Amino acid sequence: MTAIPNLTPAYAEMFLAIAGMALLMVGVFRKSDPIRGVTMLAILAFAVAAVLSISTNGAETVTFNGLFVVNAFTGFAKLLILLGAGLAMLLALPWARNEGVSRYELPVIMVFAVLGMMMMVSANNLLSLYVGLELQSLALYVLAAFNRGNLKATEAGVKYFVLGALASGLLLYGSSLVYGFSGTTSFAGLADALTGAESNAGVIVGIVFVICGFAFKVSAVPFHMWTPDVYEGAPTPVTAFFSVAPKIASLCLFLRILVGPFEDLMDQWRQVLTVICVASMLWGAVAAIAQNNIKRLMAYSSIGHVGYALIGLIAGTQEGARGMIYYMLIYLFMNVGTFAVILSMRVKDRYVESIDDLSGISKTNPAIALALTALMFSMAGIPPLAGFFGKYFVFAAAVNAGLIPLAVIGVLSSVIGAYYYLRLIKIMYFDGSVENFDRPDYSTSLVMGVCALSVVVFIFLPEPLLAGADAAAAALFQG
Amino acid sequence: MVVSLSHYLIVAGVLFTLGIFGIFLNRKNLIVILMSIELMLLAVNINFIAFSAFLGDLVGQIFTLLVLTVAAAEAAIGLAIVVVFYRAHRSIAVEDINELKG
Repeated sequence: MTAIPNLTPAYAEMFLAIAGMALLMVGVFRKSDPIRGVTMLAILAFAVAAVLSISTNGAETVTFNGLFVVNAFTGFAKLLILLGAGLAMLLALPWARNEGVSRYELPVIMVFAVLGMMMMVSANNLLSLYVGLELQSLALYVLAAFNRGNLKATEAGVKYFVLGALASGLLLYGSSLVYGFSGTTSFAGLADALTGAESNAGVIVGIVFVICGFAFKVSAVPFHMWTPDVYEGAPTPVTAFFSVAPKIASLCLFLRILVGPFEDLMDQWRQVLTVICVASMLWGAVAAIAQNNIKRLMAYSSIGHVGYALIGLIAGTQEGARGMIYYMLIYLFMNVGTFAVILSMRVKDRYVESIDDLSGISKTNPAIALALTALMFSMAGIPPLAGFFGKYFVFAAAVNAGLIPLAVIGVLSSVIGAYYYLRLIKIMYFDGSVENFDRPDYSTSLVMGVCALSVVVFIFLPEPLLAGADAAAAALFQG
Repeated sequence: MVVSLSHYLIVAGVLFTLGIFGIFLNRKNLIVILMSIELMLLAVNINFIAFSAFLGDLVGQIFTLLVLTVAAAEAAIGLAIVVVFYRAHRSIAVEDINELKG
């Protein structure tokens, strides 16, 4: 009879797991309008989980026989995930009503997806990494096909499922090679096994497979081919969710395993990642120019942003890690805000997605135009706005780590990328008005306003956030 | 002839490659893709079992049990998505997956 493991570090995850099942029951037994109640309760559950995660967030603690770890870094990552998921959920409620798919399973599946993300961020072993990642992925496959009568949504579900399963397979094959050639799956054991040893070809092949699997999950070029299709086909609030929460979770885990157990093989993984990162930045900037559907445009934009965030990872320093965390925080607000704008693009009770539908809305809907302008300037990296600081920190980290060519390519591709962000602003302000948008829903406008405002006033509040990101990055490099 | 670790790894590698090619070269229907995904996961299982036996370490076998469980869940969700796709499109042919292009 073994003792019960220390459960305190995992309180947030355990609460969320129980909350998910309880919400399912609430949905089943509530007679009228279950989606509204379940959504509100799910947001409340996220808030409680965030509080639990902050309260257990101190020194590094390992539990469940070394499978699970919490420290300042995982705590910060979980806060970002919960925040992104909560905002996406606020967007999902009015969408589900307007589209006539008010099924309470939507918030429940999102809760389980978030649970998977929190588990993978806290994974301390290839085994728990895989289980967390799969819990997340399985929930996301269902979400992509949630609007099940819709041709595009079902197709997005199939594509996401097939390529996501392929990515999991690659990651798993890589894990098996790493396990076989180093003899352990625990992160601490791997760090010991790989220290100082002459580089073992089997382990390196394994790591390359693991990197490919993660590149799929974060949609980095050349593993990005599913992204535009899934972003366009999936329901818009689900796309908003896809573009922030799973990406943040996968990037944080990516950072944790590369600078943790695989730190001593940095020379090897740096080469692979540099190619992925440069390709993502350039392709994200160039391919978006030709897009006419705003969700597809956001897909390419997110591919580019993943490239910029990866610069911080490639730097492999504490400064780089801080830059990446910071970038993800800013990216969260910019992206969710933009999707709130996309969800307020409704003409005569129908959602529209074409860029031309934005034409001349500065006259008909000045508030939406202003919010989108702030968000687009921020995405393009125009100085006083948040997006500039995100890019500045990762580029500075790259320069300090001696990766000047990478920073130069990053700046060049963000100049190319600025073209399509600014084009949206030009269409809104200088083209003739086509159609008036319907009045946006209350919670959509709330999310839009909060995100646009935080992007604008970001310059006044970086201190506490920087301190949080600093502590998170420091926790990563303690060991 | 003694069956060594590398024999197992070669078999697993061949199966895994077949799985990947099954996904990309398949022009028939979605069920074949689901089978290819299963094939990939089973190849990984052979890897884990072989390593576990040769290292004398149990973790590989536990990992295999988890992979089997997750593979079952994944197949269930995959089939559910295929059913939904079939209801909307009235077909599960790969060539009919063409709504979204970029």
